[in-house]
Amino acid sequence: MSAVLEVKNLHIAFGGVKAVDGLSFDVHAKQIVAVIGPNGAGKTSAFNCITGFYKPTAGEVLLKGAAITGKRPADIAAAGVSRTFQNLRLFPDLTVLDNVRAGMHLYGGQNWADAIFHTPRFKRSEAAYTEEAHRWLDFVGYTGPRGVPIRNLAYGQQKQVEIARALARKSDLLLLDEPAAGLNYSEKQRLLELCHRIRNLGTAIVLIEHDMGLVMEVSERIVVMNFGREIAEGTPAEVKANPAVIEAYLGRDEDGEVQSHGDA
Amino acid sequence: MSENVDTTLAPKKIRPPSGRVSRLFESKWLGWVALAIAVAAPFVNATPYALNIMTTAAIFVLLASGLNIVVGYCGLLDLGYIAFMAVGAYTSGIVAKAFDLPLLFTIPVVLVMTVLAGLIIGAPTLRLRSDYLAIVTLGFGEITRITANNLAITGGPSGIFGIPGILKIGDFDFQQPAVFYYVTILVVAGFVLAAARLGKSRLGRAWRFVREDEDAAEAMGIHTYKVKLLAYTFGAIWGGFGGVLFAGHLSAVAPTSFVFLQSALVLMAVVLGGMGNMRGVVIGALVISLLPELLRDLAEYRYLAFGVLLIVVMLFRPQGFWPARGYEPERKPAEEREAVAVAGEQR
Amino acid sequence: MQLIWDGLFVGSFYALIALGYSMVYGIIKLLNFAHGDLYMLGAFIGFAVLSSLGGIPASLSIGALLVVLLLSMLLTGTAGVLIERFAYRPLRGAPRLAVLITAVGVSFSLEYGISAIAGPNPRSFPIRLEGEVFNLIGARVSLPQIVLMIIAGLLMIGLNGYIQNTSTGRAMRSIALDRNASLLMGINVNAVITRTFFIGSALAGAAGVMAGAYYGKIDFLMGFIIGLKAFTAAVIGGIGNIKGAMLGGLVLGFVEAFGAQWFGGQWRDVFAFAVLILFLTLRPTGILGERVTERV
Ligand SMILES: Nc1ncnc2c1ncn2[C@@H]1O[C@H](COP(=O)(O)OP(=O)(O)O)[C@@H](O)[C@H]1O
Ligand SMILES: [Mg+2]
Repeated sequence: MSAVLEVKNLHIAFGGVKAVDGLSFDVHAKQIVAVIGPNGAGKTSAFNCITGFYKPTAGEVLLKGAAITGKRPADIAAAGVSRTFQNLRLFPDLTVLDNVRAGMHLYGGQNWADAIFHTPRFKRSEAAYTEEAHRWLDFVGYTGPRGVPIRNLAYGQQKQVEIARALARKSDLLLLDEPAAGLNYSEKQRLLELCHRIRNLGTAIVLIEHDMGLVMEVSERIVVMNFGREIAEGTPAEVKANPAVIEAYLGRDEDGEVQSHGDA
Repeated sequence: MSENVDTTLAPKKIRPPSGRVSRLFESKWLGWVALAIAVAAPFVNATPYALNIMTTAAIFVLLASGLNIVVGYCGLLDLGYIAFMAVGAYTSGIVAKAFDLPLLFTIPVVLVMTVLAGLIIGAPTLRLRSDYLAIVTLGFGEITRITANNLAITGGPSGIFGIPGILKIGDFDFQQPAVFYYVTILVVAGFVLAAARLGKSRLGRAWRFVREDEDAAEAMGIHTYKVKLLAYTFGAIWGGFGGVLFAGHLSAVAPTSFVFLQSALVLMAVVLGGMGNMRGVVIGALVISLLPELLRDLAEYRYLAFGVLLIVVMLFRPQGFWPARGYEPERKPAEEREAVAVAGEQR
Repeated sequence: MQLIWDGLFVGSFYALIALGYSMVYGIIKLLNFAHGDLYMLGAFIGFAVLSSLGGIPASLSIGALLVVLLLSMLLTGTAGVLIERFAYRPLRGAPRLAVLITAVGVSFSLEYGISAIAGPNPRSFPIRLEGEVFNLIGARVSLPQIVLMIIAGLLMIGLNGYIQNTSTGRAMRSIALDRNASLLMGINVNAVITRTFFIGSALAGAAGVMAGAYYGKIDFLMGFIIGLKAFTAAVIGGIGNIKGAMLGGLVLGFVEAFGAQWFGGQWRDVFAFAVLILFLTLRPTGILGERVTERV
């Protein structure tokens, strides 16, 4: 099976900080891959390199075999990558529906002349946009009001809309940066189920997540990062058993003994 | 700007405002009412003085609606907007005089020149951060004015005068003040409507996405640079047509009409009226252009008052007096939806 | 040689004003549009102070100028602080567009406020520095020019020392790097911002008084073009960078002097803005600035 995403030896540095320092992994179609690691490990920076927001200092990113390294974010999105952000990046003053419509920008269907003269084509395309936006909101299980500015909504609802917006992009690859952060238990369960449904649409998912329970349950493969490096990669079971991972997560005493939480 | 998203406070204002007054203000008919008033006005008072003021105000409305595309929709602060009007006015004046054409026939050249001006100014600057953009457009505005002031073809400091009228068919001269007023109203109404419609389209949404969060817009595949350039170009065209009307109205063009003060006044109309809301902007433009005529005695203080007003509005009502409406209808229940889909009328 | 001297002289004015622009930008990432108008305000405050003092014997003019200079700096600085406190501080964290528009409003208010008080027509400054012109290695130089440049130089050296050596200076630098971290380190961010506005405005005010005394004429729009030029200087040097602002001022002074020579004086401003646009397109970080990747 050919890879949807191939990341090869990715590097990026800010001044002296090597945020990502040689990261490589593949994502195959319909796969859910988790990227984990302590805060500051470089996970978000890696996402930003893949999606073109940062220009990698070295390395390559291939999407369905074609290089997208260093391209403009909009071009990478057009090539088939969609994402959410670690801290919600919605359009706060616009309605829920408009936020989702953002993901559908590349559908086209009308131009400025259609808009000025309100041609039938324009009306049809606007109706289709609205239909589709409702469909994606339904898909993520959003039940709140849809015609109001999104800044007025609760955090959990905003997170749902951000995913709906990314899904509306209909990409081959979806990058989710800490989608479960700030959600309660039942919301997390729904997220888990949503990830499976997204995968069934044929979209591969890479997600950054701190909740180990969720990660172990949802992902087929896990990439573990620390200090910009990839310290382990494998199935959840393999990763759980990897000494390097345990060390990175739990820290180590001066004399090299693995600390356990129970001591304190 | 995402750091401003208020996520901690409990949901508020979930329902759209439903008072009678706000329904009235959002009514579809409001535009027609405004047009009717504009058409009827000369029947109330048709002195040359009144017609002059009303024509000037209408041109000002056109400028404000154009700047609203750039500032209101797209969030790009343009402090040299009047330069586009200068380009339009000078182009049509020079071409009309040189070939002894009615102004109407200069429009294709004006269109080309203003689009070019928009691209020339926009291309290098729209990659910049928003605050740099503001100051660079200010610089461009000054460059345009100084250039017009120093070139021979633009008539130097005294400008060009004796510009031919817009059109003359047989004995009927469209240049008569009342006729010219109606022509202006027609053109301005068309442009205002077009700008409002653009705002409610795919392109208009893209502009707003860029305004609200450029990174998020990029992540959705919106080429933010192209989209901004388009906003700029449309703004330039609106300004250019304002210039043609201006040249026709005064039959003369001089550099002093294009000082920074003018750009600032158009900006105030947009900001005070309500950035992004075409109706608010039209009202703002009318207030800014007509108020000084009513308060002639206070002329010395009016710009001071405008300046202070600008600060106060930003502090207490940053969306302007009549902000863009952030609401749209909720989805109809399923059975109704079928019927609506057939009618095709969704928004 | 004459060109170099003229460039140096004008450039030192630009540098003084650019400093305020740059300092404020460095600390709160705000382009203070009204900064050029503080220069104008300084000139008018100097004018008011001098007028209220009545006649001054011509022989004392340099000493008197220094006193007036200090007084005007104090008052302009205070004005800057008030502007920050009432117009900018409430908008900290607001969208950039709102802040920029507010700054335009402040600029407008200052210009037309002064116009309403002092009248729209140019005023002639009560003292006019005049002195003999002599030749210095091929350039025509006048005594007042030298005096003004020395003052400007001293102010800049003083500022540099202040920023390098005092705790406030260190606090300024740390806030410029990371405001939140500075807050956590117990730095009183607001106090430092206030001080920055004071110093920046005072420097602009000083430049205003000096320009008034040198050129002899002041008017309420005199800050507009020079504000743009100072911004250009700040960008050329690398905005947010103190040494860059000084360097940028001098570079712009030279560039303009040569531009005016080649293309004619009426194209001087056009030339300066063209340089600005060129810089912003090719090297937006300026000569001394560093490229940073904005966080996403
Ligand atoms: N734009 C940037 N400029 C400077 N440093 C950055 C930037 N983005 C990230 N970093 C640094 O890179 C490191 C990795 O950060 P990040 O990728 O956000 O980690 P994670 O998402 O794994 O928590 C951190 O030390 C962070 O401070
Ligand atoms: Mg992260």
